[in-house]
Amino acid sequence: MSVGFHELAEAPAGRMSSRWEGELLEISMGPQHPSTHGVFRMNVALEGEIVRRLKPVFGYLHRNHEKIGENTSYLGSMPYTDRLDYFCSMTNNWAYALSVEKLAGIEVPERAQYLRVILAELTRLQNHTSLLGFLLSDMGAWGTPLMYAFREREKILDLFESLSGSRMMCDYMRFGGCRVDPSAAWIEAAKRVVANYPAFLDEFEQLIVENEIVLARTQEVGILSAELAVSAGITGPMLRASGVNYDLRKVDGYGVYPRLKFKVPLGDHGDCYDRLMMRVLEVRESLGILAQAFEQLPGGPVVNPKVKLRAFKPPVGEAYGRIEGPKGELGFYLVSEGGASPYRYRVRPPSFINLTVLEDMCLGHTVADVMVILGSIDIVMGEVDR
Amino acid sequence: MESLEEIKARIDASVAGARVEIISNPGPANQPSLLLDRAGAEAIAHFLRDDATLRLDFCSNVTGIDWLDRKVKTTRKVRQIVDGAEKEVDEITEDAGPGYLEVVYHLYSMQLKHGPVIVRMRTRDRTNDVHLPSLTGIWRSAELQEREIYDLYGIHFDRHPDLRRILMWDEFTDYPMRKDYREPDDYEYEPTAHDEVLTRAKERVSARPSLDGAEDLAMPE
Repeated sequence: MSVGFHELAEAPAGRMSSRWEGELLEISMGPQHPSTHGVFRMNVALEGEIVRRLKPVFGYLHRNHEKIGENTSYLGSMPYTDRLDYFCSMTNNWAYALSVEKLAGIEVPERAQYLRVILAELTRLQNHTSLLGFLLSDMGAWGTPLMYAFREREKILDLFESLSGSRMMCDYMRFGGCRVDPSAAWIEAAKRVVANYPAFLDEFEQLIVENEIVLARTQEVGILSAELAVSAGITGPMLRASGVNYDLRKVDGYGVYPRLKFKVPLGDHGDCYDRLMMRVLEVRESLGILAQAFEQLPGGPVVNPKVKLRAFKPPVGEAYGRIEGPKGELGFYLVSEGGASPYRYRVRPPSFINLTVLEDMCLGHTVADVMVILGSIDIVMGEVDR
Repeated sequence: MESLEEIKARIDASVAGARVEIISNPGPANQPSLLLDRAGAEAIAHFLRDDATLRLDFCSNVTGIDWLDRKVKTTRKVRQIVDGAEKEVDEITEDAGPGYLEVVYHLYSMQLKHGPVIVRMRTRDRTNDVHLPSLTGIWRSAELQEREIYDLYGIHFDRHPDLRRILMWDEFTDYPMRKDYREPDDYEYEPTAHDEVLTRAKERVSARPSLDGAEDLAMPE
């Protein structure tokens, strides 16, 4: 338990640090803390400044998303998925639409498949870019890098807004396709954003890679071994930073990803620096995917006309569908009893499961490192607590 | 990857005393699953993870399902005498199917890049015998997800390292994801120390003094 401050005052001068040996100080970090990326709490036991135990506390943003999903129609959950990971509503929509399409056996027209890839990769761009900004903010680079990232993110959100009517709560995908067909002007605007992105990214990457403080704060901090990452079900950039080659875009080959050429970047240390650089490298690959997708984008309908949206009742059965979201494997598990709403509606949230190893990564590091390690996981509480 | 029948046959051959059943999935998704019996589940899970051709090292998704008591209709052909002639008639009987809680694990292989193999376990009923073996020792990713199922469905995972409520607060008593869960009427009400202070203060407060006609005063001209 904690040591009273009067004891500290009585300690002889110059020997104060030894009084803390073997004494654990329990502190509660959060839920209101600028670096916890939302209302997330950690009960930390410290020996001096070193973390000896760390228990995450969840539930501050819990609203039982799954129960609400079981009490509404299949379509009614679609706008609600936007609120899971509110940075990446497009990929949430896609994962849910994909699962329902599996459940009901719905075909998706080719143009819609390409549009989904374009929007998912744009989402990945803005998610990874703003994460880098947040991470630098966590390390003490207040404001400026984050605003640089947000400036670029805003350009992508403008695209989302002009397409779907909303910057963040897009509600764009539908079962069997997408809601609206983008105009030629939108495609041109999107191409311009993608074409201008590398110039920004080069500048931003230099800011990170050559920064002495970033290197000192992230290298050899929060190392996650490949064995533990696989066992703990870690997915997304965090898994690949530990050197495990597992990207659902390659493994499952959903959508039209098999037709697009891209590499899967891998880290080899599994530390915070690798996780940080993984985002930069993935953004570069995403830019390549986007360029190809714009080139190959075919004409045609954007939604399967046979699918009824109102009174949509998939046949009895169950399905698990998953996609590679920017944060990891985002899956939806649906059980249908033939009714208008799912009997079971389950979200497999990547950032929740990626938190399984938070304690393992933080033990032995200082409190200041906890913020960097947590930041490098990339969590959004809307998804963790559901 | 092998078919589920082949996997079942190999489990039966390799794991002593294992009882596995294939649960078909009628929908277009075509994702049938294996139902494991509770006693042998851990041994079977070890086999699934360590077998050289399966190597299901990645447990992606763990989830609970609540199946309420339901009526099961069974149709039998019965010979009956209808209008003097013997005919075959369908006789429909309704039996009460007991409800149970179910846990579903979606397993994949990161090493061999195949999957899913879906396994499930069932409790005996929904109230008295709700224990299932925890598979956290085999796949660490089940740790938080099994805690969530315990919290929201009330399934007790034996040998789980840290089985506590996770999303609801510790004092909460019910299981909100169960199909028969009813929200309390006074959901928002929580007694606080503040209430006591207010009650005590109310006892001591005297009536508000009247204004003694002061409001009728007019400004002097």
